[in-house]
Amino acid sequence: MTANSAHLQDADIEFHGVSKHFGDVKAVDNVSLSVARGSFFSFLGPSGCGKTTSLRLIAGFEQPTHGDVYIGGEAMIGVPPHKRPVNMVFQSYALFPHMSVADNIGYGLRQRSSKPSKTELRKQIDESLEMVRMSGYGNRRVWEMSGGQQQRVALARALINRPTVLLLDEPLAALDRKLRRDMQIELQTLQRDVGITFILVTHDQEEALSMSSNICIMRDGRIEQSGSPRELYDQPINRYVADFVGKTNFVAGSVTQINGQTVCMKTGNGRSFFGMKTAGSPELDVGARVSLAIRPELTVVGSKASNAEDLNTDTAFQGKIRNQIFLGEHTEYLIDVEEIGDVLVLSPKSIESASGGFDPGEYVTIGWKNDQAHVLKDS
Amino acid sequence: MVMRVYSFVVYLFLYVPIGIIVLFSFNSGRHASEFVGLSSKWYGKALSNPFMMDALTSSLIIAFSAATLSSIMGTTAALALQRMRGPVRVIFDGLIYISIMIPGIVIGIATLVALVTVFDILNPVLAAIWPDDNRPPKLSLGYISVIAAHTLFTMSLVIVLVRARITGMDRTLIEASQDLYATPWQTFCQITLPQISPAILAGFLLSFTFSFDDFIISFFVAGANTTLPIYIFSSIRRGITPEVNAIGTMVLVVSLTLLIIAQVLLRSRENKSSRDN
Ligand SMILES: Nc1ncnc2c1ncn2[C@@H]1O[C@H](COP(=O)(O)OP(=O)(O)O)[C@@H](O)[C@H]1O
Ligand SMILES: [Mg+2]
Repeated sequence: MTANSAHLQDADIEFHGVSKHFGDVKAVDNVSLSVARGSFFSFLGPSGCGKTTSLRLIAGFEQPTHGDVYIGGEAMIGVPPHKRPVNMVFQSYALFPHMSVADNIGYGLRQRSSKPSKTELRKQIDESLEMVRMSGYGNRRVWEMSGGQQQRVALARALINRPTVLLLDEPLAALDRKLRRDMQIELQTLQRDVGITFILVTHDQEEALSMSSNICIMRDGRIEQSGSPRELYDQPINRYVADFVGKTNFVAGSVTQINGQTVCMKTGNGRSFFGMKTAGSPELDVGARVSLAIRPELTVVGSKASNAEDLNTDTAFQGKIRNQIFLGEHTEYLIDVEEIGDVLVLSPKSIESASGGFDPGEYVTIGWKNDQAHVLKDS
Repeated sequence: MVMRVYSFVVYLFLYVPIGIIVLFSFNSGRHASEFVGLSSKWYGKALSNPFMMDALTSSLIIAFSAATLSSIMGTTAALALQRMRGPVRVIFDGLIYISIMIPGIVIGIATLVALVTVFDILNPVLAAIWPDDNRPPKLSLGYISVIAAHTLFTMSLVIVLVRARITGMDRTLIEASQDLYATPWQTFCQITLPQISPAILAGFLLSFTFSFDDFIISFFVAGANTTLPIYIFSSIRRGITPEVNAIGTMVLVVSLTLLIIAQVLLRSRENKSSRDN
C-alpha cells in the first residue's frame, strides 16, 4: 500500500500514476498500486470499471497514457508484450485452434531463442498436463475439449513458461457454477504450489474474497479501496465497497454529530443511529450523506418480547419475518423492520437452537451493537 | 406453379447449351448438328493438336503466374488494409469493390493503353542506357502483359477473400501468441498465416480459374500470343467442330473443379471457427 516509495524489493508489479484513456473514456485513471511477490491479487469491480484494461497494461497490449507499469522493478514503458515476463490466461482462453493441446502448451517454449530439445519439450509439456490434471490429452484438438478442459490447457500454456506474474482475465466466468467452485480451489492450490504471483480480474466478489490474498476494488477506472479480503470486509471505507464486498444492510441518513470515532446520523423519518468510522475512510462533516452499514451476521434476532438487554445489543427494533432460508450452520432471515425497511439477518445455529427459530409471518425483535455498525460515506 | 415453370425454363436456357456442348464432345460423327454415336476420339484429337496444346500451355503458365502473384500481393495488401484506420481504409475498401465490378473490357482497353504508353516511353530509354552493343531488349505485349493484367484484376478478389477471413479471425489469438513470447514475425508465420491460408488458397484457385477462362482482357493485351480461349475463339470462326466441344468440356470440368474446391475451403473454415466459439 506504499506504492509511492519507489520499487519495493518484494513487489512484482507496480503502477505509478497509471492512466489509460480511450478518447474521452478514462478506462484507468491515475492508478498507483503494488502487488507483493507470490501473492494472489485480484482486481474486483463491476463490468466496465477498467479491470481488463489494467491487466492489458501489465501484459503490454495497451500502453499507458500517463504513468508507468513496473514489472520486477523494471519500467515497462515501450516494452512489447513478447518481451514481458508475464503470461495471460484470456477470458476466451484464446487457444490456437489449428494446433493440438500439446502444441498449444509448448508454444511459449518454442518461441525462445534457446529452444529446448524435442525430448525436453515433451517432458515439460507432459509435466504441465499433469499439473492441470490433463495427462494423456496432449494429442487432442482444442475444440474437442470442454470449457473446463480448455481452461486448464490455457492455464498450462501460461504456467509452463514460469512467468514472474500470471494474469487471469475472468478465467472462470464461462464455467458453470459447480465447475467454477472446483476451479477456484484448484487455482488457489496451484498458486501456492508454483509460488508465482497471480493477478486475477473478476466481477464476482465471492470469487475474489475466497481466492485472493489482496483485493483492489475498482470503480470508473479508479481504485476505491485495496487491502486483504478481511480488511475490505471489516473496514470498508465507503458504501460502494461495503456493498460490493459481502452482503450488508444499509440505512440512509445524514451526519448530525461526530464524537471521536463514533458518529451519530439521522434518517429521513427522524430516527437517530450510532455507528463507527472505519479506518482510512474519508473525513465526515456534519450534514454529509451517509449510510449506516450492518453486516447480517452482526445483527441479532430474538423473540418479539425481547429487548436490547436480552439480545445483548445497543438497539432493538420490531419486525416481521418475511422469508427464512435454512443454510445449515446459519439461518438467513429477511425481516421487514418498520423504521428501516428490509433487513437481512444471518443467525448462527447456536442461537437458533436456543430460540427454536422463527417462521415467516412471525413478529420478532432485532438489534446490533453500535460499535459493530459503520457509518459510511455514500459515494 | 407459374413461377416454377418459369424458373424451370430459365434453368433450361442456362444449362441446355452447356449440356449440348458436353454431349456433342462425345459425338463420334464429324458434324455438330447430328449425334451419331458415343466416342471420345475428339478428346484425343484435341490433345494431340499442337496449336491447341501450345495455347493450353500458355494459358496454364499465365494462370499459374497470375494466381501466384495476385495471392501474394493480395494477401499483403489485405494485411496492410487491416492495419489501416479511418477514412483511408474506407476509400481503399471501396476502390477494391469497384475494381471487381469494372467490366473486363474496360480493364482490357485500359491495360492495353497503359502498357503501350509505358512501352513507348521505356523502350527508347532502355535503348539509350543499354550498355551492350547488342540489341537492347524491346518491351512488347506478350505473356508478361497478360499476367500483369490478370494479376491486377484478380488481386481484388484475393484481397476481399483474405480481408473477410482476417476480420473474422479472433484477435486474441494474435495477442495470445505475443503474450507467449512470439515476435511479430513468428506470430505471423505460426498464427496469422495458418488462420488465413484457406482464404489465400481459395483466392489462388479463383484467380487461376478467372485467368484461365478469361478471353476479353487476354484478347486486348496478349499481342501475338494465343491463350486457350483465344484459340477456341479463332477456331470457331472456321466452324464449330466436336474438337472445340471437347476442349470446351475440358475447360468446364477444370474450372468447376477449382471453383468447388475454393468453395469448400471457404466453407470449412467458417464451420470450424464457428465451432471454436
Ligand atoms: N480498445 C478500447 N477502445 C475504446 N474503449 C475501450 C477499449 N477498451 C476498453 N474500453 C473502455 O474502457 C472501459 C473499461 O473497460 P474494461 O477495462 O474492459 O472494463 P472491465 O474489464 O472492468 O469490464 C470501458 O468503458 C470500455 O468501454
Ligand atoms: Mg473485462
